[in-house]
Amino acid sequence: MLADKDRIFTNLYGYQDFALKAAQKRGDWDKTAALMKVGQDAIIEEVKASGLRGRGGAGFPTGMKWSFMPKAPTPERPNFLVINADESEPGSCKDREIIRHDPHKLIEGALIAGFAMRARAAYIYIRGEYIFEAKVLEQAVAEAYSAGLLGKNAAKSGYDFDVFVHRGAGAYICGEETAMIESLEGKKGQPRLKPPFPAGAGLYGCPTTVNNVESIAVVPTILRRGAAWFKSFGRENNHGTKLFQISGHVEKPCVVEEEMGIPFRELIEKHCGGIRGGWDNLLAVIPGGSSVPLVPAAMMMDVPMDFDGCKAVGSGLGTAAVIVMDKSTDIVRAISRLSYFYKHESCGQCTPCREGTGWMWRVMEKMRIGNAEIGDIDTLYDVTKQVEGHTICALGDAAAWPIQGLIKHFRPEMERRIHEAKGNNMLEAAE
Amino acid sequence: MAGAVHIPDEAETRAKWGGFAFSPAYKAKADIFIGRYPAGRQQSAVMALLDLAQRQVGEETQTQGWLPVPVIEYVASYLGMPYMRTYEVATFYTMYNLAPVGRFHVQICGTTPCMLRGSDDIIAACKNRGLVKGGTTPDGLFTLNEVECMGNCASAPMVQINDDNYEDLDYDSMTAILSDLAEGKQPKVGTQLPGRHTVEPFGGATTLQAMVDKNHDYRGDW
Repeated sequence: MLADKDRIFTNLYGYQDFALKAAQKRGDWDKTAALMKVGQDAIIEEVKASGLRGRGGAGFPTGMKWSFMPKAPTPERPNFLVINADESEPGSCKDREIIRHDPHKLIEGALIAGFAMRARAAYIYIRGEYIFEAKVLEQAVAEAYSAGLLGKNAAKSGYDFDVFVHRGAGAYICGEETAMIESLEGKKGQPRLKPPFPAGAGLYGCPTTVNNVESIAVVPTILRRGAAWFKSFGRENNHGTKLFQISGHVEKPCVVEEEMGIPFRELIEKHCGGIRGGWDNLLAVIPGGSSVPLVPAAMMMDVPMDFDGCKAVGSGLGTAAVIVMDKSTDIVRAISRLSYFYKHESCGQCTPCREGTGWMWRVMEKMRIGNAEIGDIDTLYDVTKQVEGHTICALGDAAAWPIQGLIKHFRPEMERRIHEAKGNNMLEAAE
Repeated sequence: MAGAVHIPDEAETRAKWGGFAFSPAYKAKADIFIGRYPAGRQQSAVMALLDLAQRQVGEETQTQGWLPVPVIEYVASYLGMPYMRTYEVATFYTMYNLAPVGRFHVQICGTTPCMLRGSDDIIAACKNRGLVKGGTTPDGLFTLNEVECMGNCASAPMVQINDDNYEDLDYDSMTAILSDLAEGKQPKVGTQLPGRHTVEPFGGATTLQAMVDKNHDYRGDW
């Protein structure tokens, strides 16, 4: 188990004050200017060397992402950093804890990351439903300004940098980076076609990098303790520590920071008090938030919880939002509810997704009660394949994968329901 | 929709809201938001201003507020935006109410992580108190809606009522919260599990115990 001294988010549970003074006592904003003194390229190299991969789901190497930003921005066309705090993926609840309990890690990270990518300012896009969290964040940003840690000559580094909070208003799709940029510009959050990529033309047409809250908030600690320290955790290509969020049918759901690659069973035993009703009662797990396919119990037990480990069992680490389902779960309903979620959240821009998510949900509801033909399962699978990969953003894929996972692993259950419903109908007809 | 809310007709709405303008306090806030964006990019503040407008409407009507068309028009002209661009934003995002809501806007999360932890019971608790999904109670007190994942999955099931989250609910605690609100009392916000602080494992954190009682600095152990 990861030692407490190696945890980055020491105030994760909010036992202590989030405000500047308390945060500084825990080590935030400690000689930030000295960390920045090594220069922009050296910071990017250090982050690259640490092996940090984006914590928002896709796992793209963070340092490499920063290196795509123009090295000599002009005042007319400045670089921007956008921090994605639009945490809306079902199962994910880590950024909320960072923002309401350790916001100064994020703000300090914003300054350092913004400096490294030569950004003029950072916008933190926080989801609208995080009302209390946004208040905390606003307060923390104001504190940082009055202490001279942001603004002109931020933290006495000689660099001018602003951090602004932008509140969303309830749209899952704004967690997609180009939809977030549209939303920041005051429009509907509908994703843009790529290319051009945000690093070329993003917010207001200027070069922009969009990073997850956790990716930014870990940067100051990585620089303080060195890339080698961060890299010492986890397996090759899957380094560092990570906030895991365990929900569903465990004895004690929680958010906890652990080493990447911790085996699933160990994670649950150590922090969650085991599966409700014991390990034999485990049915399936969604290891990375609603968008990734579920994994049946037998395959999941010993999976190392990192990007490659989850990929090896046909799923993904995503945001490390582990949704656990025991044998009392109506698995078809659980996935159908996710289909409803995607139907509700489709932005309506691309036809396969706009029409497909609604269609898939309606068919899933039929599957739930078995009001279908066996062949409908194959049709449903076909349609998910037609939605997947045929939309501008990944919401179409995200809507398709949970259903594909269900059909792959629980087809017998779906068929059983259809047979059962038919059997009942026949009995009724005979009476 | 069965319990579809009543949107006042246009003449009624115009008569009531045609003269809407930000109060000095809200105007000051609006101008702070606009100042966060580069010159000429004031459209970026539209989401914040619609939220402010909805809150002001809420204060004036003793509810959680909504966005009548004249109010949206006011925000559009405040920012120099075409009305349709503003209306588009108001209809795209779920947190803008396009019809009046009650004094308490009860938003139950029903997405899978909450569902697994028993959000059906929470919905039942609301139903048994006379709340109907998509509708407002006749006394104008409660509007009920089922919403999508609110990001409180490790303390599910949860409900957001106005600006507050209530987490780790069950049938009884939800019923108690609704009763308290109806009686004008403020229930405890956050987790409803006795002994749980936030999202640590129930019964005591498995990590970072030194932080529980004092603001421990771990740098000495590095």
